[in-house]
Amino acid sequence: MIRGEHLGKSFGDVVAVRPLDIHIPAHAVTAIMGGSGSGKTTLLRLLSGLEKPTCGHVWFGEEDITAMSEQRLFKLREQMGMVFQYSALLNSLNVYDNVAFPLHEHTSLAEPVIRRVVSMKLEQVGLRGFEALMPSELSGGMAKRVAFARAMVMDPAVVFFDEPTSGLDPISAGVITRLIHDTASKVQMTAVVVTHDVQAGLSIADHVILMWQGEIIARGTPEDIRNSTDARVQQFVQGRPDGPIPFSRSTTPYIDDLLQAEMRA
Amino acid sequence: MSAAIPVQHGIWRWLGALGRRSLQAVQSVGDAAVLTLQALGHLLRKPWQGRHFVLQLHALGVGSLVIILITGAFTGMVLALQGYYTLAKFGSESLLGAGVALSIIRELGPVLGAFMVIGRAGSSITAEIGIMRVTEQLDALRMMAVNPRARIILPRIIATMLALPLLVAVFDVIGIGAGYVVGVELLGVNPGAYIAEMTAKITMHDINGGWVKAIVFGFMIGSICTWMGYRAEPSTEGVARATTRAVVVASVSVLIVDYILTSFFL
Repeated sequence: MIRGEHLGKSFGDVVAVRPLDIHIPAHAVTAIMGGSGSGKTTLLRLLSGLEKPTCGHVWFGEEDITAMSEQRLFKLREQMGMVFQYSALLNSLNVYDNVAFPLHEHTSLAEPVIRRVVSMKLEQVGLRGFEALMPSELSGGMAKRVAFARAMVMDPAVVFFDEPTSGLDPISAGVITRLIHDTASKVQMTAVVVTHDVQAGLSIADHVILMWQGEIIARGTPEDIRNSTDARVQQFVQGRPDGPIPFSRSTTPYIDDLLQAEMRA
Repeated sequence: MSAAIPVQHGIWRWLGALGRRSLQAVQSVGDAAVLTLQALGHLLRKPWQGRHFVLQLHALGVGSLVIILITGAFTGMVLALQGYYTLAKFGSESLLGAGVALSIIRELGPVLGAFMVIGRAGSSITAEIGIMRVTEQLDALRMMAVNPRARIILPRIIATMLALPLLVAVFDVIGIGAGYVVGVELLGVNPGAYIAEMTAKITMHDINGGWVKAIVFGFMIGSICTWMGYRAEPSTEGVARATTRAVVVASVSVLIVDYILTSFFL
């Protein structure tokens, strides 16, 4: 469905994603996991065409989205949906208008039909009856669910999820995780989920990609990842601070810095 | 000899910094021009942004009306006081109406009106777009196949360009009216002379000059403020910095372009 070939991205001197090959299979949930700063969100933005790669190509079916015109890319995006990390609901619109937004923009459906579709999508996320609320009146979990409904309202072929459960309480996170899983299995949707929530990622994904320092260090089924012998994979899956992935980002030992400061004093 | 080297180094460093800043400035002007042209490219392309343009025009125009009324009134009143004081020294109080009206129509209306719109609407345009960038709303629009340059940038530029001349017209009328009240009712200038001198001395050339200035300033304010928000660093501090910079750059640009336009219209 989506392929990245020799795909890389740098911001000035900072390499966010080292050149890599990636394949997102159709009608399946692919979880891209990794620690903070591992390049997974940048990879998601490259795959969705939100970011231009420094090198390489992204293929959406047979089309190279890195080489296509902006107009063609916007046309293609009518088949895509995205749930952003902080929901990204349009502040000036209420819940109804946010969810109905893609329908108003890209279809000629009559308002009563749009009203029904929106109502159905909001029922699916458990928020029917909250149409009049503004984004500022929603909790984080509710905003994520509205964003989910908005992403699904056009029945897209592919949906990208950027940290769908981050910052949510366990119940809200569970609801979102179940929604992704249920929707993907019911409508045969292709989903790409970026998350550092190991349990959520492994429970909903058909395929898992694990990243560290802008590189893919493991890929396979959730079982493959759980049974991996790679020490980095095991450290991440078990959430241990000790291991090949350093917890501390400091370049010098703290005790050396303290001693040097003492000597200077 | 050894003392000369650090001085030379200092000059080179200073020249290097000046060059870098100059290049950055040129690059920024180019980037703003490209963004504006890209937005204007959507003017005749479907989907039409008419509804969003009307909403912006309403927000800009109605939102800035009160501040324009107050500024216009007090500007006219101060001009009448100052003008009367000066003209009385030459025994030419009858020219007060012409003086007040010419100053407002040719210069103060467009410039002060532009400043008020920058402070009231320009800063909020930058902040709004900057916040949309920080909260990924611009990216969300892109992902919903809606071009932010067409939906967000274009209606704001066109609305500012059309709202400012209308606001300046209000400013002019209120300013001249307030000048009349102070000149005639408070200072005792002959009302017939006030009106007659004013209508005799003002030509269509003066009025057109004011209109052209207002349209050009409106376009500049729209372009600068939308660009600053669109390119704001994606952080709360970045948005605050962009908003301040938008007000400063737009205000200074208005003054510079005002001089250039005035030299053409004299």
